[in-house]
Amino acid sequence: MRIFATIKIALRALRRNKMRSLLTMLGIIIGVLSVILAVSLTGGATKQVEDQVSSLGESVITVFSGNFTQGGMRGGWGSAPTLTIDDAKAIQAEIPNVVGISPEVRDREQVLANGLNWNTQVMGESPDYPQIRNWPMATGSVFSDQDVRSLAKVAIIGKTVVDELFPNENPLGETIRIRNLPFKVVGVLAPKGFNLFGQDQDDIVVVPYTSHMHRITARTFANDILVEAANDKVIDKVQNDITDLLLARHKSKEQDFTVRNQVELMQAVTATSRAMGFLLAGVAAVSLVVGGIGIMNIMLVSVTERTREIGIRMAVGARAGDILVQFLIEAVTLSIIGGSIGIALGLTLALLVGHLRNMPTVIPVLWIAVAFISSGFIGIVSGFYPAWKASKLDPIDALRYE
Amino acid sequence: MASNAVIKLAELHKVYHTGEVDVHAVQGVSLEILPGEFVAIMGSSGSGKSTLMNMIGCLDRPSQGRYLLDGTDISTLDRNALADIRNQKIGFVFQGFNLLSRTSAVENVAMPTLYNHKRIHSSEQYERANRCLEIVGLAKRADHHPNQLSGGQQQRVAIARALVNQPSLLLADEPTGNLDTQTSIEIMGVFQKLNDEGITIVMVTHELDIARYTKRMVILRDGKIVTDEAVKDRLIATNELQQLRQAQQAVKLA
Repeated sequence: MRIFATIKIALRALRRNKMRSLLTMLGIIIGVLSVILAVSLTGGATKQVEDQVSSLGESVITVFSGNFTQGGMRGGWGSAPTLTIDDAKAIQAEIPNVVGISPEVRDREQVLANGLNWNTQVMGESPDYPQIRNWPMATGSVFSDQDVRSLAKVAIIGKTVVDELFPNENPLGETIRIRNLPFKVVGVLAPKGFNLFGQDQDDIVVVPYTSHMHRITARTFANDILVEAANDKVIDKVQNDITDLLLARHKSKEQDFTVRNQVELMQAVTATSRAMGFLLAGVAAVSLVVGGIGIMNIMLVSVTERTREIGIRMAVGARAGDILVQFLIEAVTLSIIGGSIGIALGLTLALLVGHLRNMPTVIPVLWIAVAFISSGFIGIVSGFYPAWKASKLDPIDALRYE
Repeated sequence: MASNAVIKLAELHKVYHTGEVDVHAVQGVSLEILPGEFVAIMGSSGSGKSTLMNMIGCLDRPSQGRYLLDGTDISTLDRNALADIRNQKIGFVFQGFNLLSRTSAVENVAMPTLYNHKRIHSSEQYERANRCLEIVGLAKRADHHPNQLSGGQQQRVAIARALVNQPSLLLADEPTGNLDTQTSIEIMGVFQKLNDEGITIVMVTHELDIARYTKRMVILRDGKIVTDEAVKDRLIATNELQQLRQAQQAVKLA
């Protein structure tokens, strides 16, 4: 018995009942389609989140100052004046594998230029900031260490601020006024878009942290310190070193600061997508089982309907095994064609939805393979009982069957 | 006795256990059929002729007794071995033709070669099928489906199918039961031609007219052989057909 000849017989049998074959496949088609569609779209969404996380800088560690607690009222992170510029300098000087560091001072200010004004986030940072945030300059360049030392009145600004204060104008070399002090615009940051929490990251003015602390806010502490580790392998070591160093420096019994890294955030995101994956696998399993039951049902009908055919084949010398293989292949062909249609439709729909909603879609190669193999498997499982039943028929009874 | 018998039945019994009553359908049949014979097995319904035929055709196993086909003892073989024997040594022709519907004549004829354990290339399968259709005079209808063929043509396709694996034994169960007189004679003509070429044929029928085209008549009653004799005034299909046509023309002329 040849496998190709059997497949041909199976295909012919399926072609004879086109509508029935299609309806039988529908269960598998819908199951596979929904899995592929969901996986492509959530995969795209997950990738988007991951891209955003890595756009924050993958090997970035953030040191927040401790809580400020007074009279039972507790402030949030960065509210207590526990992190100093000296802490930042010590981290840079004493801890290996630190490739960038920037003490951050944050404030909201009304910024004026060109007869226009705009309320925006004004950040005090070191020249390492664009490198740490993985954020290239669109034009101009970042201020220098010399600017930091000299409390220079220079600024780099984000795309949103450019749009609000310098419509149709090149802001480079222009002056913006913060608390009535003139700051010269030396660079424009490349557009970065919204972050994970929906904030416009381009609505920003960055000045040297010294200028911020002495000229704008008169602060003596940093809200937090951004530290970039050499790579994500040493990140835990660097994080521990920072904790040890700051504990020693602050000589406090309680830890008055918090150290966080992007890898932790990334892990949270991947955990979410893994949970989503399990959920999808569950849905897929249920719909494929339903599809399999449909196939088994129709194969049982088909065996009864074709009892005479089975009898004829047995009379001319088909072995029980030949009949078993014939019906098994028919079931597997049904389910694999159904699975393939489901995969094709699912991908088409995913790409279409992604295109229309301007979302990235991921072609889930692994899931396509899983869907294909499991639809074949479903065919074998659901086709086996009907095929076995057919092969057990007695040739004489089968020939007499009306 | 000569050991070159195609079929040798010795005290064959078949008992069906249906409910409380045991039906003793075949009660001790002994029969020997030599190569090149053309035998009609006759009997009224319930005489056990179909049961006997099923056993000869290896579709069923005897309850008791021995059946040697080409010297092989059938009663000891398992299902798969019986299937192989049906495929290799026996060609079947049924009363109801038993062709696969919506399948072309040539594909119907080629079907048994699929189950041949000597692998036959598909081009050779079709070559053989076409040759067999030629033998039964249907070469031009190879692509027709059974529902596009007359009863006689369908039976010819069935005969071609029975021949495709080159069996030494052809079994026919009421092959003319569904056909009119002229077509029946035509089919008997095909059988006579095949028999002349050396194929052994065993045919079940209840029509005496049809049995007279064979060489030997075995009559069963209540599961036992009552008569076993050579056909005396044998009919030759070609002569009969000629007479029939002349008669028909005479009617038209009149």
